Amino acid sequence: MANIIEKILSRAAGKKEVIPGEIIEANIDCAMVNEITGHLTIKYFYELGAKEVWNRDRIVMVLDHTIPAASIEAAELHKIMREFAREQKIKYFYDVGRGGISHQIMIEKGHVKPGDVVVGADSHTCTYGAIGAFSTGIGSTEMTAVFMTGRLWFKVPKVMEIKVNGNFRKFVTPKDLFLKIAKILGVSGANYRGLEFKGPTIENMSIAGRMTICNMAIEVGAKAGIVGVDGKTLDYLKDRINEPFFIAKSDQDAEYERSLELYVDDLPPLVSCPDAVDNVKPVSEVEGVELDQVFIGSCTNGRMEDLRLAAEILKGNKVNERTRLLIIPASQEVFLDALREGLIETFLLSGAIVANPTCGACYGAHLGVLASGEVCLSTTNRNFIGRMGSTKSKVYLASPATAAASAIKGRITDPTTFRSD
Amino acid sequence: MKLIGKAVKYGDDINTDYIIPGKYMVLTDPVELAKHAMEGIDPSFIEKSKDSIIVAGKNFGCGSSREQAPISLKYSGTKAIVAKSFARIFYRNAINIGLPVLECEGLWDIVKDGDQLMLDLESGEIKNLTNNKSTQAQPLPDFILELIEIGGLLNKLRRMKV
Repeated sequence: MANIIEKILSRAAGKKEVIPGEIIEANIDCAMVNEITGHLTIKYFYELGAKEVWNRDRIVMVLDHTIPAASIEAAELHKIMREFAREQKIKYFYDVGRGGISHQIMIEKGHVKPGDVVVGADSHTCTYGAIGAFSTGIGSTEMTAVFMTGRLWFKVPKVMEIKVNGNFRKFVTPKDLFLKIAKILGVSGANYRGLEFKGPTIENMSIAGRMTICNMAIEVGAKAGIVGVDGKTLDYLKDRINEPFFIAKSDQDAEYERSLELYVDDLPPLVSCPDAVDNVKPVSEVEGVELDQVFIGSCTNGRMEDLRLAAEILKGNKVNERTRLLIIPASQEVFLDALREGLIETFLLSGAIVANPTCGACYGAHLGVLASGEVCLSTTNRNFIGRMGSTKSKVYLASPATAAASAIKGRITDPTTFRSD
Repeated sequence: MKLIGKAVKYGDDINTDYIIPGKYMVLTDPVELAKHAMEGIDPSFIEKSKDSIIVAGKNFGCGSSREQAPISLKYSGTKAIVAKSFARIFYRNAINIGLPVLECEGLWDIVKDGDQLMLDLESGEIKNLTNNKSTQAQPLPDFILELIEIGGLLNKLRRMKV
């Protein structure tokens, strides 16, 4: 009668069972830092006089937030990370050009296994629930404790189950599903909770789609999003992991704090309007809003299936002259696959600019920073005031299909009714 | 442990991009970070941040895991934050760097900007010294109180170290 999160946490804590609210200390299977959080962890590590990390094979260090370095300050952070990785002989250090956005490569390169407890000094660490791991974001100081001890305390969360039924219409995506969930729960509706996604729609969903919905669990406050392991998971991991792993599944009679049941057959494309992720409306209600920029990419929607969807719509079309389209594949691997499949050519011919994998555009640091008064439609995960640049700019969040159709029209456009002129 | 400070009020869902915008993530000096505390929502905050107690609504600190958010507030002179609720990563981060955070539903309605507040971290009692009203926050669990009293997780690790 335990749910998947309770099973994973009880195993990591060496206990027979755990109950919601209980404080446990868990063994960490893998820990990830990027350069904007990792430099603090490294500083504290040295301040404490620590000599060696707890396990150099279980720490993944990634440069992704501002790559390649866009300023001397950013370059200094890269240097701190690089030197620490060398000194500590960290096995998995992804330098510029070697990896991409951390959350993509953590799964793509097989650093996360089903059943693992994974922490990352980045809030979107919750993405790895897509393959049945418990993963959550922590701060830099806690990460110092993990670097030193390989352990961390957790409060066992209450878990909400979200059952999803039905088939998406063409050009309606897992992103639209999550925006629907955000509308229902609100931005703090799952605070401190785990979210387990299940049901026929989830069973039919690719790992990429599951990553999108688990990635955005933090946007309703959740500690973790998770999907049970199934054939799709095992298929995806077949060539990526060659160690044994723990397959956790919720029991049939597992207990949940709350259950939500959704049907996607009639779900329209949705858009999250400024300035809150839960300010969600059907695209049809905001159609016509003029756009200065469209961005397709990020840990939320920068994978092959996202790029394929965008290319399907963009092929043979031109980006509207009032709009600029920025496309960023989530990793070097995705970039290469997109190149081989001809997607990059489609993007360039449409008038898009394609940049290297990085988080920069999503959080307003570099590549595509918005000026005052500008409006952007983005496939990312946050539209807080100033998130992508000026505090006088606006961000709408939507799927790659909505983004591509909107880029062609130069205004917010429903991809399900879109016709090129 | 009692704290006295001036109230600075904010609403619900104050996210980490408001507390410290992403473009400042390249700064490594906490004093420099503090110059931009709350810049994303209130550029005048740093004029009133010294000895302040932030009083906020629901879900304070939602968004990113950037520890620079509580760090910028702490170094700006903020003594504590009392919110109706906190986002979980921010909550852990604040405690880990030794910035007291209290959950209290009742305070927001009995406080105006600039009121003098007194917090008792052990009991959770909060007094508005300006209007003599008082309310009760959820007392902190002992292990969290202990972390705050010794100045955060780093100091705890320092003591644990052999």
